[in-house]
Amino acid sequence: MTRSKRIGIISYSAFVLLPIYWLINMSFKSNEEITGGLSLWPQQFTFANYQVIFTDPSWYNGYFNSVYYVVLNSFITLVVALPAAYAFSRYKFVGDKHLFFWLLTNRMAPPAVFLLPFFQLYSSVGLFDTHIAVALAHCLFSVPLAVWILEGFMSAVPREIDETAYIDGYSFGHFFIRLFLPLISSGIGVTVFFSFMFSWVELLLARTLTSVNAKPIAAIMTRTIGASGVDWGVLAAAGVLTIIPGILVIYFVRNHVAKGFALGRV
Amino acid sequence: MNKVQNNKAWFLVLPVFLLVAFSAVIPLMTVVNYSVQDIFDQNNAYFVGLEWYQEVLSDPRLQDSLARQFLYSGTVLLIEVPLGICVALMMPTRGWTASLSLIVLALPLLIPWNVVGTIWQIFARSDIGLLGYVINGLGIDYNYTSNPVDAWITVLLMDVWHWTSLIALLCYSGLRAIPDAYYQAARIDRASSWAIFRFIQLPKLQGVLIIGVLLRFMDSFMIYTEPFVLTGGGPGNSTTFLSQTLTKMAIGQFDIGPAAAFSIIYFLIVLLVSWLFFTTITHLDKDKVKEQSHD
Repeated sequence: MTRSKRIGIISYSAFVLLPIYWLINMSFKSNEEITGGLSLWPQQFTFANYQVIFTDPSWYNGYFNSVYYVVLNSFITLVVALPAAYAFSRYKFVGDKHLFFWLLTNRMAPPAVFLLPFFQLYSSVGLFDTHIAVALAHCLFSVPLAVWILEGFMSAVPREIDETAYIDGYSFGHFFIRLFLPLISSGIGVTVFFSFMFSWVELLLARTLTSVNAKPIAAIMTRTIGASGVDWGVLAAAGVLTIIPGILVIYFVRNHVAKGFALGRV
Repeated sequence: MNKVQNNKAWFLVLPVFLLVAFSAVIPLMTVVNYSVQDIFDQNNAYFVGLEWYQEVLSDPRLQDSLARQFLYSGTVLLIEVPLGICVALMMPTRGWTASLSLIVLALPLLIPWNVVGTIWQIFARSDIGLLGYVINGLGIDYNYTSNPVDAWITVLLMDVWHWTSLIALLCYSGLRAIPDAYYQAARIDRASSWAIFRFIQLPKLQGVLIIGVLLRFMDSFMIYTEPFVLTGGGPGNSTTFLSQTLTKMAIGQFDIGPAAAFSIIYFLIVLLVSWLFFTTITHLDKDKVKEQSHD
């Protein structure tokens, strides 16, 4: 690798990491120190901000709520998208192209458009303020993308494998779960990455569909802004804690990312 | 791949169809329903036809935020796409540095959007933020909460920080899929690195770039949370984009009829522009293939 390339990538990484470093720096400072003056690392190192979050159930339950509906969303997405993607990649059927395009158009719907009707719909079926409501609402964005990604990966697997399996006497279910899924494991990894990504980061719908029991951490964070000003330290600490699940997910799928981001269709 | 005609495949698609129909078609029909009625309460609703649409289309608030939205999405694409390609070309290809740079680049994508806003608020404020402090220290007057230009620059910088990684990662995986033989052939021909980029790498990136540009256009056009947290749409209305205007109208003022009409127009614009993007890009592709076959 040439030197200019190395300098380029290092400076871009620095640009990415600098704001995050500043957030972490803030999370270990007291509010007096934050507003008192600028320092590149905490002068009086304190865990007080994290203590506030870890000792108050209304804070840490927010994390559980968020993780709960994100996992639920990824699970529902995979279960419905896998057979559909298989159908799109292997068969021609009435209206297949239209259906595929219609699915994708849902990815183009601004969440703000669906705010009010979602609220009414989920209230009327008694799902308001439940984790499943947020998970279902997020399916609107994650399912079309998941079908798209998985279809690409599945089309890269030769048809002959299916046919050989049927000739060998495997049932569809057995073939699909035992033979086919392992072949597209990196596709599944990437799909989980994307459903996690778009569900974990979304706030507008998650906040609208919940009030107490399923309130996401991102919505709870707004309480640090009070009448007496902003509680910067706790806000920063809560922010740092929301980054950690993301890092874990990237770590687990890092070997699939390079291949998977091409969505199987290069 | 030759596909088999089989209408039983509908059974495999049915769960997706039902799920998306439940969470997309019902709400969308509700919005359409609202957009053509004047609703006073549960029992008093009047059909008003296209009146709300006319009202909304002549509303200067909508026109202004629409213009801002196009300017914003356009600028974001112009910066992020070339920068993303550059970053992808610079990324190391093997060893632990490759994994590390993947993780670092993917990091901003997985931070909740309101936290992205918070991070940039803390980073860019002129009293407690590193960026604001440094810029002011250089003698440039910078305050994104009071100066519209500074606010724009900050929101744009935040978006570049947040989303360039997506383009970079897409391109990176596109580049990995180019067989070594192509590069060997180029070396034999003594191709310059520009020629390698122009005639080998860029054409191979086309597929992922279409996806990247579409995703970036759609998401930047729907942006809400990050500027809402960072600037609250201000100073004045200078960073109020379409989604924020819409939520203000629907929830703040409870003008359901106009808000619903606005929603439909908004959705149609995203659909139309995405479709235009998609067809022009794929048509260009077809023309190129035709040209080559004529040669």
